[in-house]
Amino acid sequence: MSPTFIEALRSLVGEGLITSRDELRTYECDGLTNFRVVPLAVVLPSTAQQVQAIVRLCAEERVAFVARGSGTGLSGGALPVEGGIVISLARLNHILEVDIPNARVVVEPGVINFAVTQRVAPYGYFYAPDPSSQSVCTIGGNVAENSGGAHCLKYGFTTTHVLGLEVVLPDGSLVQLGGTTLDAPGYDLPGVFVGSEGTLGVTTKVTLRVVKRPEVIQTLLAAFDSTNAAGAAVSDIIASGILPAAIEMMDNLAIQAAEAAVHAGYPNCGGLLLVELDGPSAEVEALMAQVKERCMTHHASEIRVAQSEAERMLIWKGRKAAFAAMGRISPNYIVQDGVIPRTALPQVMDEIERLSAAAGLRVANVFHAGDGNLHPLVLYDRRIPGQEHDAEQLSGEILKLCVRVGGSITGEHGVGQEKKMFMSEMFAEPDLQTMQLVRCAFDPDHLSNPGKIFPRTPLCAEKQGVYVPHPLEISGEAQFF
Amino acid sequence: MVGEGDLRQGCAADEVCGIVPELYVEPAHEAELARVLEYANRTGMRVAPRGGGTKLDWGSAPPAIDLMVSTAKFNKILEHAPGDMTITVEAGVTFSQIQSALSAHRQRLALDPLWPDVATVGGVIAANDSGALRLRYGGVRDLIIGITVVLADGTIAKSGGKVVKNVAGYDLPKLMSGALGTLGIITKAVFRLHPLPESSRTLTFPFLDRETANQFMLSIADSIAVPTGLQMRTAASGMIAVDVRIDGIAAGVAAQSDVVRKLAGGVNPSEPEGNPWQARQQLWDAGGSASICKLSMLPAQLSSTAEFVREALSTNAEWTLVMQSTGLAWLRTDAADGGQIADFISALRSFLAPTGGTAVLLKATEALREKVEPWGDAGSALPLMQKIKLQFDPRGILNCGRFVGGI
Repeated sequence: MSPTFIEALRSLVGEGLITSRDELRTYECDGLTNFRVVPLAVVLPSTAQQVQAIVRLCAEERVAFVARGSGTGLSGGALPVEGGIVISLARLNHILEVDIPNARVVVEPGVINFAVTQRVAPYGYFYAPDPSSQSVCTIGGNVAENSGGAHCLKYGFTTTHVLGLEVVLPDGSLVQLGGTTLDAPGYDLPGVFVGSEGTLGVTTKVTLRVVKRPEVIQTLLAAFDSTNAAGAAVSDIIASGILPAAIEMMDNLAIQAAEAAVHAGYPNCGGLLLVELDGPSAEVEALMAQVKERCMTHHASEIRVAQSEAERMLIWKGRKAAFAAMGRISPNYIVQDGVIPRTALPQVMDEIERLSAAAGLRVANVFHAGDGNLHPLVLYDRRIPGQEHDAEQLSGEILKLCVRVGGSITGEHGVGQEKKMFMSEMFAEPDLQTMQLVRCAFDPDHLSNPGKIFPRTPLCAEKQGVYVPHPLEISGEAQFF
Repeated sequence: MVGEGDLRQGCAADEVCGIVPELYVEPAHEAELARVLEYANRTGMRVAPRGGGTKLDWGSAPPAIDLMVSTAKFNKILEHAPGDMTITVEAGVTFSQIQSALSAHRQRLALDPLWPDVATVGGVIAANDSGALRLRYGGVRDLIIGITVVLADGTIAKSGGKVVKNVAGYDLPKLMSGALGTLGIITKAVFRLHPLPESSRTLTFPFLDRETANQFMLSIADSIAVPTGLQMRTAASGMIAVDVRIDGIAAGVAAQSDVVRKLAGGVNPSEPEGNPWQARQQLWDAGGSASICKLSMLPAQLSSTAEFVREALSTNAEWTLVMQSTGLAWLRTDAADGGQIADFISALRSFLAPTGGTAVLLKATEALREKVEPWGDAGSALPLMQKIKLQFDPRGILNCGRFVGGI
C-alpha cells in the first residue's frame, strides 16, 4: 500500500471517509462481538461508481476490503481485516424500481430488509425472507449471508428471491449476474454469489422478487410438556402433508427470557410451538383444524390461535426478540446456528441436555423446527474465570453433534470468522479445495473479505499447477479463451 | 480401468449434434468414474457426459468427442428420508423412478422435466430443465440441496448437504445446475421434497386475444389464488388458451377455482383436451426438423412477445408457443428456410434484450446451428464464467465448446 492510499480514498469519496481511531471502533466488529479488528479506514460511498473506484484502488494497492451493511451478522462476516478497509454500503440505500405486475423490485444494497416489504405492502405484496433482524439488516448483508428467517420453510431463502445482481468484482470490474428474468444463459452466478459472505465481490444493485400477500395468515401457539413432545407434533404435522409458512419452537428457558423481555403472553411450558399457516382462507381454515388436532394428539396442554393481527404480531415479537432477551436471564450468551434433519430432534435435544449438564452451563433453545434449524443459546458469565471458554467449547460440541447426525454447521448465520475451523467437520479437503476454485475465479488475490469461511487460504496457483495446453490448442483446432 | 463390456466404440445412438464419440464408457461406480476422468484429463481426451441421452443436442455442437461417459450404472436411490422430506439419489436414476418411489409416501420432487421416464437426474440438473411447477416450487436450483461431482482431474467433491437449510460454504449445487456438464460430472444429488397434493384441478380458458389472456394470467398472479401451473398456449393457428392448475385440499381447490373463474371476466373454462401440461414436451414430440427455443422474459411480456413472433414469422410458417407465467416460454417453429429462422432468432433476441429477456436455441438443424449461436449473449459476466471454467477444467476436456461463449 502506498502512503497516499488514504488520500486517494478521500479523493474518491470526499467526506465519506473515516480514519479517526475513535470513529473506526464503531466498525471493529459486527453482531458477533468477541472478534474485533479496527480497520485502516472506513469508506462510505454513495454510488456504485464510487464502490467500483474504491475496489479498483484496493486491487491496485493490494489492500483487503470488507463490505458491510448494518453489521448485524452473527458469524463475524463483516469483521474488518487487519490493515484493510471497510466499505460501508449504508449510503446506497435507495429502492430504485418497483414493478408490481412482474413482482420485481430493484434495490441498492444498503436498503433495509423490512423497507422492501413496506414499499410493496400497499400493493398487497411482501418480501419473504425475514431474518429476526429484518428491521435493521440490509439487503446487501442478506445477499452475502443468504439470510433465511422464520418463513423460509415455505418461501425459501434470500437466494430464492434474488433474480439478478450488479456486482463489483475484486478486480474492480462491474458485472451483471443473472438479470430481471429467469435462467440467464450461462452459469447460475447469482446462485453462487448469494451466500458467499462477501468473499466474491461487492454487490451494488439487487433485483428481488416480491410475493403476493396470502389471503389469510393464522398463527397458533401450542404448549407441550417437553420439546420432544412438541417435536413429535411437528413431525406429525409435516408428515400429514401440511407445509406451514413457519413452525417455531422454544424451550422453557427461551420462553422465560422472551416473556421477561416482551411479555408476549406465552404459556409457561416445556416446549412451545408456534405454527403459522397462510394461503387462501378455505385451505387455511381446514388445515388449521388439522394442526390443532395433531397438537392435541401429542397432549398439548394449551392451544391458542391469535385472534387479531395485534395478537399475532405480539407472538412474533416474542420469538424474534428471543436472542436479545437472553440478556434478561444471563449476563452473557453465545448464539449458535446449526441444522439437523428434523427427525433427529429428540436425539439431539437429549444430547444437548447431556452436554449442558456436563459443562454445568444452561442452554436455551430456539428453533426453526420445520426445517431443523436450531439456535441453541449457551448462557454463561464472563466474569467467572474459564466460563467463556467452557461456553465456547459447549457451543462447538453442539455444532459437531449437528454434523454427526447429518446436518450443517450453519443454517442462516454463515460461517464467517466464527466457524471456519468447523468447515472441516462437514467437508473433506477435496470439497473445500473445489470451493476454492470458485474463489480463485472471482478473487485470485484474496482481497475481498479474506480469511473468512475457509479454514485456510491456499494460493490460487496451488491447485492448477502448470498450465498444460490442450492437444487441440497445439494443433490450432481450438482456442481455450 | 473399467470392467470388460463397460467400454465400447461409440455408435450413432451416442451422437451429439452430428458428432459420434470415438469411445463410450459406463463406469461402474464413482471411484471408477474418477479414474476415467483423471486419465482423460491427463491424456487430453474430450469428454461428453451422458445421462438418459434425451437432451444431448442442447447447446453448441462439440468440435469432436473422444469419450462419452455414461452414468447409466449410477442408478440407485440411496436414501429417502420421508420424515425429513429429502432424497439422495445417484445421477443416473430416472426422474420417474424417483417419483414412483416417493408416491408411496405421498411425496414428490416438485419438478416436471421433459421425458421423465428416460431423463436422468444428472441430466435434468445439468440442463436445468423444469416445467410448469416452477411457478410454485422453483426450479432445479431451488430444490437441489446437495451434490457430488467428479471434476475433470478426477477429484470427487461434494457441496451442500442433506438438510434443506444450509449456508456452509459456496453453493455449488446451484453452480452445477444448468452448467451442462462443463464443470464436472454429477454423480449424486440430494433434493428437498414436497407433499403430493390431495387433489388437483386444471381449468383451461380459451381467449380471443393474447393481451387479454396475459392480463388474465397477471390478475391470477395478483390474486389470492396460488396455482401450481399457469400457462398460455398459443399458435399460428390462432389458438389462445390459458391453463390454470390448482392443487391442495379439496376445499381449497374449489375456493381457488372460483376465484380464478371470476377473474376470467365471463370467459368460461372448457374441458382441456388431453393433458395441457404435456404441451411443452409435445413441442419436441411432434418431431420433424423444427427449431425449438427457450425464451425468458418478464411475466407481463408474454402477449407482446407472442405478437412479435406472429408478426416476425412469415404468414405461412407454423409456430407454437407454451408460455408460463414465470416468464419462461418455449417456442417451436417449423419455418423451413434456415436463413429466415436465423434472422428471426436474432430479431427475437433484440426484441427481448432491452427488458433482460433471452432466447436460447435448444433444437435446431445442423444448418441452423452453424448460423446461430445457440446461447445468445451471456452479458458482462462471460469473462467470469470463463474463469470459472478454467479453474474447474483447466484443460477444457468436459463438454468442450458446448456452452455459452465457447466454454
